[in-house]
Amino acid sequence: MKRHTKRYFPIFVLPTLVAFTIAFIIPFVLGIVLSFTEFTTVIDAKWVGIKNYRAAFGNKEFLNALWFTVRFSIVSVATINVFAFLLALLLTKKIKGTNLFRTVFFMPNLIGGIVLGYIWQLIINGVLYHYEVTLTFSPTYGFWGLVILMNWQMIGYMMVIYIAGIQNIPKDVMEAAMIDGARPLQILKSVTIPLVMPSFTICLFLTMSNSFKLFDQNLALTAGAPSKKTTMMALDIYNTFYGSVGSEGIGQAKAVLFFIIVALVAFIQLRITRDKEVEN
Amino acid sequence: MKRISKLLAILLALLMVMGSLAACGKKDTPEEGSKEPTATNAPTSKDTTTGDTAKEEKVDEIYYLNFKPEIAAVYDKIAADYEAETGVKVKVVTAASGTYEQTLKSEIAKSDPPTIFQINGPVGYESWKNYCADLSKTQLYSYLSDKSLAVASGDGVYGIPYVVEGYGIIYNNAIMNQYFALADKATSYKSMDEINNFAALKAVVEDMTAHKDALGIKGVFASTSLGAGDQWRWQTHLANLPLYYEFKDNAAYDNTVLAGLAANEIEFKYAENYKNIFDLYINNSATAKGLLGSKTVNDSMAEFALGQVAMVQNGNWAWSQINEVAGNVVAADDIKFMPIYTGVAGEEKQGLCVGTENYFAINSQASEAKQKASVAFLEWLFSSEKGKAYVTNDLGFIAPFTTFEEDEKPSDPLAREVLAWMEKDGVASVAWTFAAFPSEEFKNYFGDALLEYAQGGKTWDEVVAVVKDSWKSEKAK
Repeated sequence: MKRHTKRYFPIFVLPTLVAFTIAFIIPFVLGIVLSFTEFTTVIDAKWVGIKNYRAAFGNKEFLNALWFTVRFSIVSVATINVFAFLLALLLTKKIKGTNLFRTVFFMPNLIGGIVLGYIWQLIINGVLYHYEVTLTFSPTYGFWGLVILMNWQMIGYMMVIYIAGIQNIPKDVMEAAMIDGARPLQILKSVTIPLVMPSFTICLFLTMSNSFKLFDQNLALTAGAPSKKTTMMALDIYNTFYGSVGSEGIGQAKAVLFFIIVALVAFIQLRITRDKEVEN
Repeated sequence: MKRISKLLAILLALLMVMGSLAACGKKDTPEEGSKEPTATNAPTSKDTTTGDTAKEEKVDEIYYLNFKPEIAAVYDKIAADYEAETGVKVKVVTAASGTYEQTLKSEIAKSDPPTIFQINGPVGYESWKNYCADLSKTQLYSYLSDKSLAVASGDGVYGIPYVVEGYGIIYNNAIMNQYFALADKATSYKSMDEINNFAALKAVVEDMTAHKDALGIKGVFASTSLGAGDQWRWQTHLANLPLYYEFKDNAAYDNTVLAGLAANEIEFKYAENYKNIFDLYINNSATAKGLLGSKTVNDSMAEFALGQVAMVQNGNWAWSQINEVAGNVVAADDIKFMPIYTGVAGEEKQGLCVGTENYFAINSQASEAKQKASVAFLEWLFSSEKGKAYVTNDLGFIAPFTTFEEDEKPSDPLAREVLAWMEKDGVASVAWTFAAFPSEEFKNYFGDALLEYAQGGKTWDEVVAVVKDSWKSEKAK
């Protein structure tokens, strides 16, 4: 039987493989190839070697965007996970209406990024209106605006994952800890957190990669104003690609670099948190 | 045995892949062909002709990528009429405001690319020259009243302008007359005819701001829209004036656009003049300076249409916008134009900024038959009775073609004002020199710097530096 399925393995895998190749591998390879060329449209490209990569590294805006993205990711990953975990702890206690709260907290995640961006732009500008400034006044405003927006959107989602993790902790472990006289904080530190480590892995991964790849929210909330100081990497790539004719290749090169950075960061993060996971 | 089944599987797999690709059919062929040009550069003539040669004669659809969102609905009507008359379907897609280049870039790479698109002048032609067909033999070109308006290169003609537009400061004459009638006004001007330089404009505007409650307005000028994507009135149109004068001083060229295209660096000599008018705009605005970053062009036009402000800088295309605002209180007879005065010597003779950045181009990579059908559509639009009626009445274009009679000029107040200013004795129109601006990015840098200046984050000297530097760096690309 086993041999049998093994024999048909390629055929079963084929449809997915074909789809994956067409929708992912081909564009991906094409993208990498294009990053070494000069092109206006993708069907008309000229090989230029690593010129695009040199231009990308020599580009002050790209480095600014990279730095901004890194700062943003650190702050938002920390805040989102802290708040989400605290909410999850709260909503796994026996409180009335936890289901309602969970739903409400999860809801922002269902709204698209562009819409959220514009809504928050209105809200924040509405508040800043009293001081006769707008979000575009200084990059700091844009930065915190983005952090708030991201928190609002992602906390609910991460919370749900943490709740699932917490609920999976076996009752007997908890009881044993309590009988041993562990105080609530000790339980949290030595029982709950180690046991929901898989949730941390996935949540950190999701928030991290989402923060790095943030695009719609950035575009809708600040569009990089003032003077591209709040442009994140994805938006910078987009701007390079479409902003001036002839720099499509540079945009593509930036995109490849972007991929490498995100992949690297995600990989390191996964390695670190995976090591901390314990078997139930 | 195992080996054979493996081989079989791979073969099967390949077959299926081929099958699925074939099933996608025509749609995939251009992408297939794409891999060759990637390596060998330059599109081969092969992929322009394949697939379409078979049905050379009959074209059932042409595709027009429209630049002007404000008249998108009219084009749909025109397309329907044209299809009823000739059986050729015209697919009209409109790019959202400020995204034409992006849209064109992605649309033209598709298997059903636009057959008619638009370039913004010599700079646009440079980036799209591989796609622009030679139009010198078409009737459309022969209709042009002034052949020098077309985008030409060598012996070929690659872009044909289809509308002449003008912009300046639009003012509401009713409010102005109200001001001139004020008993306690501080200036001695009695009508707009006397305001023909910056000093006069400034005196009147500042006095109007002092009397804004009496005049019932929120500010003299509509908000200086500095939101992202809404900065073009300043970084393109207003920026035209100082650079027009700068390039005009260059005696080596008799055309400011050509002088601009040849300039690798600019001095921005007339930066002070730009600052004059820009300061006047933001200091006498309906909106506080710090809030300008959230304003759009639509906001400004709405303020004007609702009578909350007396002046707004924009072009004749804005008429449809003003007209459509619900609760519009501005009478058509009260809408007038005046040139943008910036304090340059001799500006009493300056007219509106008149020109065009709308040139039709035909996609040279579309099939021969489609190119012909596209030209035929444009010729129909600008020479048949029905087409011309649309152009004058609905599109409101001042079309630069000889096919239009005297009585077929547009009737909207702003277009009439533009024509009146063009014909005025002793007044010279300002050419649209911004056709020579190096790139969209340059304009964005300029606009961003203006926003920071308005908010107090940058000094004027820094703005000037940004403008000079970005011209240089964008030109070097």
